[in-house]
Amino acid sequence: MKLSRRKAIIGGIVGAGFVGAGWWFAQEQDRLGHRGLFNIKPGQAGLNGWVKIGRDDSVVVAVPRSEMGQGVQTALAMLVAEEMDARWTQMRVEDPPDDPVYRNVTVLLDALPFSPEQHGALVDGAHWATDKVAGILGISMTGGSTSVRDAFVPMRLAGAVARALLLRAASRKAAIAVDELTVSEGEVRRRDGDSVARFGELVDFVGDLEPVPAPGLKNPADFRLLGKPLPRIDVLDKVQGAATFGIDVRQPGQLYAAIRNAPTFGGAAIAFDVKGALPKGIEKIVIVPGGIAAIGTSWWRANKFLDEGIAIKWQSGPAPTLDSKALWAEYQGLLETGSVALRRTLGIEAKPMQSQALDAVYRAPYLAHAAMEPANCTARADGQRIEIWMPNQAPTLVRKAAAQMAGVSTSDVTVHTTFLGGGFGRRFETDLVRQAVVCALAVPGRPVQVLWSREEDIRHDYYRPMALARWRAEFDMSGPAPRLTAVTKRQVGQSSSDAFTTRAFGLPASDQPEGNAVENPPYDFPFYRLEAVVTQGPVPVGFWRSVGHSHSTFFDESFIDEVAHALKKDPLAFRRELLAGKPRHLKVLETVAREAKWGTPLPAGSGRGIALRASFGSIVAQVAEVAVVGQSLRVERVTCAVDCGLVVNPQIVRMQMESGIIFGLSAALHGEITLSDGAVEQANFPDYEVVRLADSPVMAVHIVDSGAAEPGGVGEPGMPPIAPAVANAIFAATGKRLRNLPLRLA
Amino acid sequence: MIALVVNGTRHDVDVPADKPLLWVLREDLNIVGPKFGCGVAACGACTVHVDGQAVRSCSLPVGEAAGKAVTTIEGLGNGRLHAVQRAWIEEQVPQCGYCQPGFIMATAALLRDKPRPTDADIDEALTNICRCGTYSAVRRAVHRAAAIIGGAS
Repeated sequence: MKLSRRKAIIGGIVGAGFVGAGWWFAQEQDRLGHRGLFNIKPGQAGLNGWVKIGRDDSVVVAVPRSEMGQGVQTALAMLVAEEMDARWTQMRVEDPPDDPVYRNVTVLLDALPFSPEQHGALVDGAHWATDKVAGILGISMTGGSTSVRDAFVPMRLAGAVARALLLRAASRKAAIAVDELTVSEGEVRRRDGDSVARFGELVDFVGDLEPVPAPGLKNPADFRLLGKPLPRIDVLDKVQGAATFGIDVRQPGQLYAAIRNAPTFGGAAIAFDVKGALPKGIEKIVIVPGGIAAIGTSWWRANKFLDEGIAIKWQSGPAPTLDSKALWAEYQGLLETGSVALRRTLGIEAKPMQSQALDAVYRAPYLAHAAMEPANCTARADGQRIEIWMPNQAPTLVRKAAAQMAGVSTSDVTVHTTFLGGGFGRRFETDLVRQAVVCALAVPGRPVQVLWSREEDIRHDYYRPMALARWRAEFDMSGPAPRLTAVTKRQVGQSSSDAFTTRAFGLPASDQPEGNAVENPPYDFPFYRLEAVVTQGPVPVGFWRSVGHSHSTFFDESFIDEVAHALKKDPLAFRRELLAGKPRHLKVLETVAREAKWGTPLPAGSGRGIALRASFGSIVAQVAEVAVVGQSLRVERVTCAVDCGLVVNPQIVRMQMESGIIFGLSAALHGEITLSDGAVEQANFPDYEVVRLADSPVMAVHIVDSGAAEPGGVGEPGMPPIAPAVANAIFAATGKRLRNLPLRLA
Repeated sequence: MIALVVNGTRHDVDVPADKPLLWVLREDLNIVGPKFGCGVAACGACTVHVDGQAVRSCSLPVGEAAGKAVTTIEGLGNGRLHAVQRAWIEEQVPQCGYCQPGFIMATAALLRDKPRPTDADIDEALTNICRCGTYSAVRRAVHRAAAIIGGAS
């Protein structure tokens, strides 16, 4: 990163009109907030910005992160409950108001284009600058597998400070000195064990007590809750159909809007012609950014009307003839001629007298998110006030987009974040916000729920970028056996983080690859060179579960396998050699190999493949076992080992690993968005197939204890290794090397 | 007017006969447990029971449900937790949870037909989509629900 780039980030963001409270977190203590911050209701007492208690004995924790299945509500409530010595069954969660203390700093730090092991003044400087910018900006968002990492200290601190305050309140209530009191299981007790007060009985004794500077945090050896498979806090609502997703929002007088987006990227609706009068139930037709909306009393009726009752005149986008074949040819050309945006080398390049090279070109297509809950947003415009209900991953950005669209200030906008029916990165985007606000302004005072059909959702996504990579290995052939001397990788693709920051903050494109697409493989190569070519293009790209790792890992881990085979080495043994200096990686690798019974015989036509990736602060290795019969492929079993540092909830870690495996398997076996005439060819699950229960492998997840003091991410790291593990297993089973995703035998 | 009996309550709805049952439930009766996922009966998020059979309500015209007993996730347990819901809690199945009402309704119908389903029965009956990948937990929960029901009878 050049200095000018760093300045561009800061200048650009600040220039984008985001400067708010001038806040940043000099110390974690600054993120505690004050006692009145967290929507205190009658019968409740706020203990600090993150915790309040109720007379009903509830402990309510502020969870400013979106629950999209990853278990964030449960994990963050556990952090507070642990330090507060609360009972798990008394914990509740609530969405707090928008305030800088609730914002996510880690997510921005992770987005910088460095490999995590890189250090030095430049990297540290960029981290410092971003940390500061994140504070100034104050972005509340959920992604990058950062929530627990970001909250690990501040939310435990909030619990510890709350506990100390309750001790003082109990001391006041019972006239017993604080140092004669302790807390356990949601009660303040005398040190001899007699109960003094349940938390709920202290609501009226907190009074004007102010939080005092942090007492120490617990030693992990003393944890009672962290590390235990506690039940999810959202499970009861979710099995009863009582969890409110965005699509379930019902407000008085609510209308529904169906949308048709312009068929080609960047296109627009410019005119429409309704055949006769508007039918019963349709109230208004509105041109919205990127498309057209029919607003009425039934979404189903409005959606049908767009198919049958209206002629729409479209303006084409900038690339109305775009097709996938031509785009691949262009990328292939850029491998040779593209200008290199980022070049990185490690080690010393040697030129052996007798050398031989192995070249392999890999491809990964565009992918849609296809979250189960189609994209939606509900908005009401009432005078100057805008109210939004939305399943979203970035309420700060929702608020800004709504304010911009309505021409009001962000303080006039209220955002309610509902449960998310899957997120996977799609719900960082604000395209639906703009459409919903335009609809709401057309029917003042009435809430409008904008919902996309599945077809719109798949055809108008912000896609995982398609990418192409050429790996090359060079071998010294002068000795008795070939010896690896160098590996080089040249990767071509759009940068989703660049595209996102341009969209969300109005920054000029930096032409830099996204950080995690160019993370260095962990292996100790004699020489390694990375060259990244960044393309721009009309296809909108965005964050997609595990972002750049989702394709880079397929490229990297497939190629390592190819090199191992070229050297006539076992793929496990070869990785082990190259990881000799990395004990945490090695332990994960050895665990997965042992648990998968690596090296034991399999029936003919079956094979095992291994892959490893460190991402989002965690290390995951997987062994896939596949059976190939003719042209059909079945993934029978996946063994997964994960070192995610300190484990908050092992049950959720396991489920997130399985979740990543299935999501990654859908992409590896089926996922492909193709373009023709400037438009996406796929539309719905029948032609954008995903893994179902019958195709789901048997999975075993093993959590590796590294003794780390801090947690790593778990929402994404389970995904990247599965595609290469399966490709490597196919090679082991058939001798056939598949270098294109999705993996197709014919 | 079309007469529907949903979760034991009779409703007369003034809607076109071709309006899918899903949208009548969600828009006209404010029963939002059944979810919209694909609109083409491909994902199962909208699964409800019609006269005890699992049906993908996004593709069933409401006219065809007239006079029949419709059960949604809200009415499955009759005010208590159904054995399938209990099994779902014990196995901690849901992640995002959006598709789960559909899985639970499909499972309840399966267990009525096959009280002791094999893995192959489950593969065949539960063709619903879950993007969070809860499938292994779903499978365990189906077997657990079968055991709960079996033990109770």
